[in-house]
Amino acid sequence: MPGSIQSIERAAAVLHLLGASSGPMSIGEIAVALGLAKPTTHGIVKTLRRVGFVTQDRTSGRYALGRELDQLGSGGIDPHELRSRAMNWTDRLAARTGLTVHVGVLDAATVRLVHHVFRPDGTAQRLRTGERQPLHATALGKVLLAFAPGAGPLTALALDGYTTRTHADLGSMTDEIDAVRRQGHSVDVGEHEPDVAGVAAPVRRLGGLTVGAVGVLGRRDQVLSTSGTPRRGVLEHTVAAARAVSVHLEEAR
Amino acid sequence: MSVVAAIDQGTTSTRCLLFDHAGAMVSVAQHEHRQHFPMPGWVEHDAAEIWRNTARVVPEALRSAGLTTSDVAAIGIANQRETTVVWERRTGRPVAPAITWQDTRTSDIVEQMHRHGLDDLFRDVCGLAPGGYFAGPRLRWLLDRVPGLQARAATGEVLFGTMESWLVWNLTGGPHGGVHVSDVTNASRTMLMDIRSLQWDQRLLDALDIPLAMLPEIRPNAQVYGNCSTVAPGVAIGGAFGDQQAALFGQVCFAAGDAKCTYGTGAFLLMNTGSQVSQSTHGLLPTVAYALEGEAPVYATEGSIAMTGSLVQWFRDGLEMIGSAPEIETLALRVTDNGGCYIVPAFSGLYAPRWQSDARGVIVGLTSYVTKGHLARAVLEATGWQTREVVDAINADSGVALHRLKVDGGMTANHLLMQFVADVLDVPVERPLVSESVSLGAAYAAGLAVGYWSDLQGLRGNWHRAAVWEPAMSQAHRRREQENWNRAVERTYQWVRH
Repeated sequence: MPGSIQSIERAAAVLHLLGASSGPMSIGEIAVALGLAKPTTHGIVKTLRRVGFVTQDRTSGRYALGRELDQLGSGGIDPHELRSRAMNWTDRLAARTGLTVHVGVLDAATVRLVHHVFRPDGTAQRLRTGERQPLHATALGKVLLAFAPGAGPLTALALDGYTTRTHADLGSMTDEIDAVRRQGHSVDVGEHEPDVAGVAAPVRRLGGLTVGAVGVLGRRDQVLSTSGTPRRGVLEHTVAAARAVSVHLEEAR
Repeated sequence: MSVVAAIDQGTTSTRCLLFDHAGAMVSVAQHEHRQHFPMPGWVEHDAAEIWRNTARVVPEALRSAGLTTSDVAAIGIANQRETTVVWERRTGRPVAPAITWQDTRTSDIVEQMHRHGLDDLFRDVCGLAPGGYFAGPRLRWLLDRVPGLQARAATGEVLFGTMESWLVWNLTGGPHGGVHVSDVTNASRTMLMDIRSLQWDQRLLDALDIPLAMLPEIRPNAQVYGNCSTVAPGVAIGGAFGDQQAALFGQVCFAAGDAKCTYGTGAFLLMNTGSQVSQSTHGLLPTVAYALEGEAPVYATEGSIAMTGSLVQWFRDGLEMIGSAPEIETLALRVTDNGGCYIVPAFSGLYAPRWQSDARGVIVGLTSYVTKGHLARAVLEATGWQTREVVDAINADSGVALHRLKVDGGMTANHLLMQFVADVLDVPVERPLVSESVSLGAAYAAGLAVGYWSDLQGLRGNWHRAAVWEPAMSQAHRRREQENWNRAVERTYQWVRH
């Protein structure tokens, strides 16, 4: 049996202490209350602050419970903050691939589009931010099903068939999600609209928590090679963009 | 891979962005600097800290892209405008903290200029009536307050510059042969430059008793000013731009009538007016849009809105309604309208087109129905209505109605706000594929100077539409809301007692 991890026990104790405290506490006070060395306490509190469970008062420098604790069920990030942090990297992705870019989050058994960057080809396009799409039939949705907390069991999904390529039965869908988990990205080969294909990758926060997905979308021949796999560059750029957003989410905190 | 580096020296941070040939961003690095508030109305920066941050962000941006100095074709600079630095030529030490564009300490100097009947002279020559908003009065303040500075300025022992001058001088060697230059757009915000000849004007210098010896040489926007001797040794500095003119250039607004609005701390709407120096009768300011080497200058008219992003920051930090600025959209989406509530952010008076320095902010229409979601809406709507007022002024001046608006800046990430702007303007609002238009404009200038890009026509091809918001508000609803907004604004007037 693996042993318990002491720093997690101590982190839990810090949270209990701050939760019970009548006001913000200094590192010294926390260390004394828990009987820990100051450098150890400092390391734990700093990490808790990084993940948002603890906040530091700007003027006094003292610590209190952070807002993230109240939002444990909400999926890890405000969707508009995700859009704001993603914007530069999704612009870059659209420029590099020439494809439409979407950012999606899980919302009540659907994908909700929180960001949309037009295909940079000068054609008329309509902003689709706020729209919902099916989880099982889109690249964004399959990434969220594979990795995002709260996606629920596949058995709970209505596996409507949109095209002949949609994974419309549980066996096929289960295999598909297993494949997405192995590969770390998803491909839609025309499963929502027959002539539209897509590729998506997860946006992750510290510890690997998936908070959304970044994906590209375009005509099948723009996204896929003749063998049905993503064209050279499309997959790499999409994965790189999702990683860049993930890194940027933590940098700015 | 060959790239152009843009240094964006802004109000809160200094950033370096790398751009490729298609005008797409390759990487970015950023360091914030401290804001100093030594007295009410005073806002200072430490120019030495900003220079240190500049020296860090350039190699950091290169490292994160896996590139080296030899990949950089040129460096361009865009900067917060009107922020004033004076430093020693021999040591490179600033003689005082930099006085920023948000600082209001020069109101007495400006008052004196009005009293001495200098308004007409300044308006005729530099295009600007004396105002505390510009760099000239800040320089006068330093010459008055720093002991011995006037005499040292007369001998050229100390140098004046806005941020681009300070950075170019340091990048090109500082005390050891640093190049002391400014560009026409930054110089046009000093109140000391003849807006037509693009040279310092002796009458204006005499009026403020500013020695010519301390001033930088005024240069076009796209020109090799010199090569870096540090930070990116050997790389050409190919241009500089005040941030708002940089954004106009980055949005490829090269033809008369082209306009953009940049949403940041404040919002700045600039429209290209071609070879015409605009004479606004509706509270807008004429300014230099850009000057290319060997070509006639291009002018712009500018409407500035003091508080847009900074109002959201206040909502976050002052009222603690939200944890991060983008969360205001989440909060605002909890409700479907403003619930009858209006916020007019005249925190330090109203800028264009009303220019009411005695106005102060109000929240009106409060009832027990109003929730913080309605307040969030009212915060965002204030930016929309202020944009509408500036657009109305531009339309009234030019006699032609703007038929679409290009937008950029961080707040374009707020889709609810952008939709509201489209709704109240009743024209489509467009975001380009690179929202970092300020940096892109600086990169374009530097790239043109070294032949990385060949001409303006080529740059036009780099502009792509990333999003468009179409107006969707009924005429009747818009009219009713605008009346309410106007009634709210009237309640801010003459709040400050003298």
